[in-house]
Amino acid sequence: MSLLKYESQLREPLVDGDKNYHQITEDIISPIEAKPTRLWWIGLSIAIALLIFGVYSVYREVVYGIGQWNLTRTVGWGWDITNFVWWIGIGHAGTLISAILLLFRQGWRTGVNRAAEAMTIFAVICAGQFPIFHMGRVWMGFFVFPYPNSRGPLWPNFNSALMWDVFAVSTYFTVSLLFWYTGLLPDLATVRDRAKTKFRKMFYGVASFGWTGSTKHWQRQESLALVLAGLATPLVLSVHTIVSMDFATSVIPGWHTTIFPPYFVAGAIFSGFAMVQSLLIITRKVLHLEEYITIGHIEAMNKVIVLTGSIVGCAYLTELFVAWYSGNTYEWWAFRENRVNIFSPYGWAYYGMMFCNVVSPQLFWSKKLRRNVLFTFFMAVLVNVGMWFERFVIIVTSIYRDYLPSSWTTYYSPSIWEIGFYLGTFGLFFTCYFLFAKYFPVIALSEIKAILKTSGENYKAKMTDQEKMDSEKFYIEEVEHAH
Amino acid sequence: MIKKFVVGSFEDEKVLFPAVKNVRRAGYKIHDVYTPFPVHGLDHALGLRETSLHTMGFIYGITGTSIAIGGMSWIFTTDWPLNIGGKPHFPLPAFIPIAFELTVLLSAVGMVWTYCWLNKMMPGVKKHHFSPRATDDAFVMVIECTDKTNEVELQSFLQNNGAIEINVQEAEEGWWFGRYDKDQKLYRTEEVSV
Repeated sequence: MSLLKYESQLREPLVDGDKNYHQITEDIISPIEAKPTRLWWIGLSIAIALLIFGVYSVYREVVYGIGQWNLTRTVGWGWDITNFVWWIGIGHAGTLISAILLLFRQGWRTGVNRAAEAMTIFAVICAGQFPIFHMGRVWMGFFVFPYPNSRGPLWPNFNSALMWDVFAVSTYFTVSLLFWYTGLLPDLATVRDRAKTKFRKMFYGVASFGWTGSTKHWQRQESLALVLAGLATPLVLSVHTIVSMDFATSVIPGWHTTIFPPYFVAGAIFSGFAMVQSLLIITRKVLHLEEYITIGHIEAMNKVIVLTGSIVGCAYLTELFVAWYSGNTYEWWAFRENRVNIFSPYGWAYYGMMFCNVVSPQLFWSKKLRRNVLFTFFMAVLVNVGMWFERFVIIVTSIYRDYLPSSWTTYYSPSIWEIGFYLGTFGLFFTCYFLFAKYFPVIALSEIKAILKTSGENYKAKMTDQEKMDSEKFYIEEVEHAH
Repeated sequence: MIKKFVVGSFEDEKVLFPAVKNVRRAGYKIHDVYTPFPVHGLDHALGLRETSLHTMGFIYGITGTSIAIGGMSWIFTTDWPLNIGGKPHFPLPAFIPIAFELTVLLSAVGMVWTYCWLNKMMPGVKKHHFSPRATDDAFVMVIECTDKTNEVELQSFLQNNGAIEINVQEAEEGWWFGRYDKDQKLYRTEEVSV
């Protein structure tokens, strides 16, 4: 970015209202300094209640074994892996916003990246619980790490997609956390320097690592952010690619397809943006941040939703076509009888998925609907339900009827403890999010300040004069002095 | 080390840039400029060299790739050649995902570690803050005084260049372990004559 403080009037402002640097600090930090509202306490209590129920469900699974879940002979992966893929997919939007849109120089990311990235981290934490507890003997979990051991040494199988997943998800979590936190340091320092109470001074003092705002530090910070974004971009694509390979490298009809990696990545971004929408629509309302997370931001994210939703829809149809065109009897059977046949036991899930993910996002081609906050919220929930169905369809309808028809009688429905585990991760996710929204700056302060003079509403209004200026004069007055 | 600094705060980048230029041209030594957000081009205006943090990132990354490829090859071919469904013992394509992940992991962790090291940042570190507005809305230029510096002259020079708040501070320029809720001062206080 150059120092040129000019942006076309045709672009919508990213910060509404008459703002200056101090006003931005006030608007974003004052909710942290205020007492928590009753609404916040109610929300947090519900989240913690869900979390406790989840912990109890997991406790039963650990103590009594995996039999607490209704997994059957053929359905070895049920709600647990469905939820794992669902959560990890949700995480992808945060990285897309913070990393890929940074590389693409998309100014609008500044308003939403902090919250979206926090969402990524919490979603990945939730996702991680499922494969860990699916192990059954979770206390043996450290067997997945390759280290010289007294069991041979016996090493994990590096050819296995499940092993790749261990590396991919843990790397993804670590890198997202580092990326998020290094960006958060300057903003925590802002909270620290404004703090009035003893606790806040101490807490944010420790949390901000002694940040000063030195020019050299900013230079390194920008270099770090850029390289981390460059690393996180292929990383985020690799994570869901590898998750899809958990399925695609097997020989199960319905899973054994090469379209899975791009199809999963698009689906992940699709569901992730829906989750970002539903969180931010509430956050902006409750914290009065409508001037920073504008309708323009919501519209931009809806555009991503309609794009990725269409990719996903295209992938569904391609998958179906190829199942028929391949001439593979088993593959075609899995699609025709276990999915498309509406009277099959899980036909409802397939059509639920088709409706939520393929049909409904097409409504976002209408600009009016894209800019409607309530409609967006409704759609975001619908998309997340649809994407949950997608994973359920892929996993359960592919394995509930295996090669041995005598096993087919089994109809898989989850036990209360499986459902409890899923609800528990919701509790975990929202507990983390509520704490984050209350005690951390939800919007990247320093990044908003950096774009204020190009994209702030009040500054854009002044640019009308610049647009009338002679280009030679403009260069001398507005550009040259800066360097 | 305790030093004496003249501190001038600016409220606008447009004023800051010519001021930086003029102060440097006048021969004063700018200790640092503290800003609430990255001001592009300020590092060049101050004559700072480009950071080589990304080079470190590359070195860490290559280390990760080598550890991954080397480790997996050694394990599968030398240490414990396990027969997994008759698959080859050196399946290079199957090593790529883990090699990639380890490259990214080491590069990111290493870079953040180096970043904190170079910036002297970690939980519990405290530094002298010349102005609390530096993280809010002001660009704080800190000029180091030498024996020859005429403070009064420098202050009026800063004022002429558009500084809003100007003061003289004696401060510790390094870092120490401390808490922000305590008013710690590692620098000398004026002795009170009885």
